[in-house]
Amino acid sequence: MTPLRQSWQVTMRGIRVFTRNPAYLAMTLTQPIIWLLLFGALFKAVIRIPGFHGGSYIDFLTPGIVVMLAVSSAGWTGMGFIEDIHGGVMDRMLVAPVWRGALNAGTVAYAALMIVIQTALIALLALVLGARYAGGVGGVLLLILVAALLGAAFASLSNGVAVLARQREALIGAVTLVLLPLTFLSSALMQQSLVPGWIRTVAKFNPVNWAVEAARSAAMQQIDWGLVASRIGLLAALTLLSGAFATRAFTKYQRSL
Amino acid sequence: MEVAIEARDLRKTYPPAVTALDGVSLAVEAGTIFGLLGPNGAGKSTTVRVLSTLSRPDGGSARVAGIDVLADPRRVRHAIGVVGQKHGSDPEATGRENLVLQGEFYGITGRELRNRVGASLERFGLADAADRRVKTYSGGMLRRLDIAMGLLHRPQVLFLDEPTTGLDPEARVELWREIERLATEELMTILLTTHYLDEADRLASQLAIIDHGRVVVEGAPDELKRDLKGDAIQIELAILEDADASRGALARVAEIDEVKLDGRTLRARAQDGGAAIPAVLAALDADGVKATSVTLARPSLDDVYLRYAGRAFHQVREEVAA
Repeated sequence: MTPLRQSWQVTMRGIRVFTRNPAYLAMTLTQPIIWLLLFGALFKAVIRIPGFHGGSYIDFLTPGIVVMLAVSSAGWTGMGFIEDIHGGVMDRMLVAPVWRGALNAGTVAYAALMIVIQTALIALLALVLGARYAGGVGGVLLLILVAALLGAAFASLSNGVAVLARQREALIGAVTLVLLPLTFLSSALMQQSLVPGWIRTVAKFNPVNWAVEAARSAAMQQIDWGLVASRIGLLAALTLLSGAFATRAFTKYQRSL
Repeated sequence: MEVAIEARDLRKTYPPAVTALDGVSLAVEAGTIFGLLGPNGAGKSTTVRVLSTLSRPDGGSARVAGIDVLADPRRVRHAIGVVGQKHGSDPEATGRENLVLQGEFYGITGRELRNRVGASLERFGLADAADRRVKTYSGGMLRRLDIAMGLLHRPQVLFLDEPTTGLDPEARVELWREIERLATEELMTILLTTHYLDEADRLASQLAIIDHGRVVVEGAPDELKRDLKGDAIQIELAILEDADASRGALARVAEIDEVKLDGRTLRARAQDGGAAIPAVLAALDADGVKATSVTLARPSLDDVYLRYAGRAFHQVREEVAA
């Protein structure tokens, strides 16, 4: 019970900061809104490419943008730990008998909660822009769940990188380096049958693509339960792995002190 | 004596080849304040980090509150409180929230936690600011909160790493009183690192000067000062004409080493000035010399510090190395 309780306390720390600066949420949403509007307009003609099937481009794009949002939002999670390291909060936490996993799990849960709120708002905006959710409310909830799960995996990675590198610049570099390639090497913006073979191959191993496929199938199409369940399974496994990585990073950090 | 902190031959090297600890050994008696002095980079903070389980040494061993630091860091963490050089509080949270989170980390919950947090805010004069965000606190308030957080779980051993750095004189004195109270009334063992010699002199019953990752000298402050040999005694004569007579009188006092006369001021040195003064006064009186004042200046801790960790010390080392 104690690890759970301590994780929750760490999550509460994030939630309190958020409730005191709710305007922060609007800031985090500007980027995905721009993506949705820009990419939506830029690639509108994609649906006329022979071989592209199914609905409007906004239908196709929405799960892609939601997943991109999850990755970028989660990517900044580690900033909190970098602040903590520079402010002395980290060392104070680490001399306490707190479970190291709770420090990670608590911030990851907070990141996932933020992603739930952000993706719900973006899904709503997409609806206004003309997206039609064939999967209904249940499908949209699955879309949000998948985004949160992918976000949890990336939040742990971000925490691990932050604790090991301890530099804001390093984390900013890592997030920028990872976000666009992972998005482009997935079906977030373009149907897989229309991209080069090597991208299709890489995409099979790309967690962002797992999330896009599951989200699109659940929310936008006739749901393929086998596909959705298998992708959620893969994402859950990745979340556990990256959680273990982040927890171990504390040991490495302490060894370097 | 009951030893609350014991370090044996602690060694630590940071890559590529910075030796932070080069065989540090210490023993701190339970219920006392121990001062760790030394220049920046001497190894004070590294010693505290190792003893407080934050960092692992490459070699050596340590026990804190009777628990092996390397074998059982978790139990050590329950027994110690740490107040680091940097503020350990979250600036975005209120004082109360910081204390609550701290308590949860130590497994204190519910009513017990609420009571302790409330009492702690009162005790450290933060009750009025309890629900304000910490980023609005003054330096002195931040330090008090740090200490309140370090004490919330009632540790047996407290580590204070440069606790008064950056505080104004009033806040320093206030903090000193609190530290003294913890040792005398709560029988806490306190290891204190500091740059300020007056702080160590006032608070510590034992101290060690550390330099280049080694303890260069250890002892009670008074002992260390006495070991420097040579208190200064200054005598003001009532009339200038007594100068020669006074010189003759002092020459008979065995405890006095050297005498210098400067107008009506006599300066003499003695190994133990306190013991020499009655003899000096008796000798002057016997010869009918009147003194208007006699003052005794002990070697300060500054003198001790300069002797062991100052420039002279470095020169000696360089000579040895060459």
